[in-house]
Amino acid sequence: MAKLSLSDLHAIREREEKNLKKRDIHGRTVHVVVAMGTSGIEKGAKLVLNTIADEVEKRGLDNVIITQTGAVEGRPEPVVEVFKPGEGLTVYGNVGKDDAVRIVAEHLEGGKAVDDLVIGHEE
Amino acid sequence: MGFKNYILVCGGTGCESSRSDQIYHALIDEAQNQGVADQVQVIKTGCFGFCEQGPIVKILPEDSFYVQVKPEDAKELIAEHVVKGREVTRLLYNKAPRKAYEEVEDIKFYQKQKRIVLRNCGSIDPENIDEYIAAGGYKALEKVLFEMTPDDVINELKVAGLRGRGGAGFPTWMKWNFTKVAEGDEKFVVCNADEGDPGAYMDRSTLEGDPHSVLEAMTICGRTIGAQHGYIYIRAEYPLAIHRLEVAMKQAREYGLLGKDILGSGFDYDIEIRLGAGAFVCGEETALLQSIEGHRGMPQPRPPFPANKGLWGKPTVINNVETWANIPQIIDNGGEWFASIGTEDSHGTKVFALTGKICNSGLVEVPMGTTLREIVYDIGGGIAHGKKFKAVQTGGPSGGVITEENLDTPIDFGGLQRIGSMMGSGGMIVMDEDDCIVDVAKFYLNFTVDESCGKCAPCRIGGKSLCNILEKITQGKGEEKDIEQIHQIAKAMQIGSLCALGQTAPNPVLSSLRYFPHEYEAHIQDKKCPSGKCKKLISYEINTSKCIGCTACARKCPVGAISGEVKKPHKINGNVCIKCGVCKETCKFGAIEIH
Repeated sequence: MAKLSLSDLHAIREREEKNLKKRDIHGRTVHVVVAMGTSGIEKGAKLVLNTIADEVEKRGLDNVIITQTGAVEGRPEPVVEVFKPGEGLTVYGNVGKDDAVRIVAEHLEGGKAVDDLVIGHEE
Repeated sequence: MGFKNYILVCGGTGCESSRSDQIYHALIDEAQNQGVADQVQVIKTGCFGFCEQGPIVKILPEDSFYVQVKPEDAKELIAEHVVKGREVTRLLYNKAPRKAYEEVEDIKFYQKQKRIVLRNCGSIDPENIDEYIAAGGYKALEKVLFEMTPDDVINELKVAGLRGRGGAGFPTWMKWNFTKVAEGDEKFVVCNADEGDPGAYMDRSTLEGDPHSVLEAMTICGRTIGAQHGYIYIRAEYPLAIHRLEVAMKQAREYGLLGKDILGSGFDYDIEIRLGAGAFVCGEETALLQSIEGHRGMPQPRPPFPANKGLWGKPTVINNVETWANIPQIIDNGGEWFASIGTEDSHGTKVFALTGKICNSGLVEVPMGTTLREIVYDIGGGIAHGKKFKAVQTGGPSGGVITEENLDTPIDFGGLQRIGSMMGSGGMIVMDEDDCIVDVAKFYLNFTVDESCGKCAPCRIGGKSLCNILEKITQGKGEEKDIEQIHQIAKAMQIGSLCALGQTAPNPVLSSLRYFPHEYEAHIQDKKCPSGKCKKLISYEINTSKCIGCTACARKCPVGAISGEVKKPHKINGNVCIKCGVCKETCKFGAIEIH
């Protein structure tokens, strides 16, 4: 009697692949950076970071890489930066949980910046 | 769920000996202490290859490459990188912070590498079968069990053109095919993990970092040739590799990827480990098989070859670890994919253990056809301490030296043979201007003399005689006729020895004679060692114009050979001096010279 059937093996592979993929950063061109300085965390940056991570995973956006950075001076925190090749850097300020969902849905997935949250842009 | 940092800690033997296991546990403890245990996953992986800079810790998704990490750094890494999202600059390889979205080049050490054999080393946890499966593991076995006939498998290997990575470069498909068509009620599969060249640790690291790749390949072979039993012959001095293999085999059995009716295919197959006592000759296939059977590890005449009469007289496929590790990838990606990598003569990649007088010691995997110059200078970072390159020994005690003039030779089986060396299993020892070529040849010969099983006279007596001649030369007692005699003995050994150990033992001497004849001449005629290595041929002297009489050397000299007044130039008594070199290391003024 076989312990693992072919479909069992496939199920394991599919389940584990998702976890391993998170560690594979090759070919990810869209960067999301959340400012996680003390002041940012105080204003809820951690919730924003986790929300973005969950939303990106939920939507299966394989080309997105999320990282943290330290405090950003003089900007309305929580601050989220989105970098897309060819589009430059878009900076969002005063980001809350719902805003985080919008950034993922509209900008990362939809391809259009969430204009009312933008506080800066660099080419 | 939410955001997570993945911390990869190198668990290769090199990094483990620099306390990477403590780093691993310290990181887990610190994450707990600082309340971020749910935000990090700490994973112990196989060798990253960049052993010079170990222990290595890599944090994802930032791709921060931390080097020479100590257990004491765990607190800061968690507090800064994980909690605050700030890289710990002082531990980064390039010591420079960067913006997350900045395009960064790969570290130079990795740029020219291509990892097929080592693909999972440094990225997955070798003690977790699920990670191997997630990385595409056991897909090839699946294909072989359900979609391919044995002839399909052999044909795929033929298209791939995989040649044995143990050193000889025999086409793998032929070996498998001979065994498949051989008559026998029972057949066996053997993995040769008896890696023993000085300075070589490719197979060890592959087994430590990705043991399942070898298990999967051996199972594929079993199915193809009609064997139900495999053996891994590994030396007992590789405890970590053995441990990881045992864990991998246990997990594979639990999943039914080893054992009865694998994946419901009806195919039964299992693997056992056999420990070797660390005799170099047991890497020779017929001696290895003897050792598995419980006899003394002594080579047997071939033919018959193991493919017809191997283990217990049954048809047996025996391949080296690196050969095995290539196979699942070939089946998975197709033979043509593999054949597209490398040169016409040799397909795929080769793993080398780069050691000696090189800046970046480590494990490197490059496409066949890469030049030695690229390995030494681009990957290896050049010669350590700004010294001058002299030669590289490839093929260990069976190989030869490669010099400056051949640095641009593309490395493949044929290319190395043409310049008088050989691929061997992949040890690559770099020598600089301070190394004496006669001394190096003597070192390798001493090694093969020690490791000779003593069964056949050409190897037993020839090796010892060669050694005696070299000893004589390095003592300053060399004669003109010695060179001629070296050639005669070497020829007898090459023709008359029973196995490759004896047949190839003269290679280091012959190749160094071919490329550095003047160095042998200097020893024999002028009684001088140009590199200042052979103690009998050198003397230490103090340059009186440089010596300021600080007395530092005199205080350090273990035999009291140095005398002189304070603030006046000192003198070395050559009759007392044991030429240990301590004075030269001690002197800050470069006043001590070797003549």
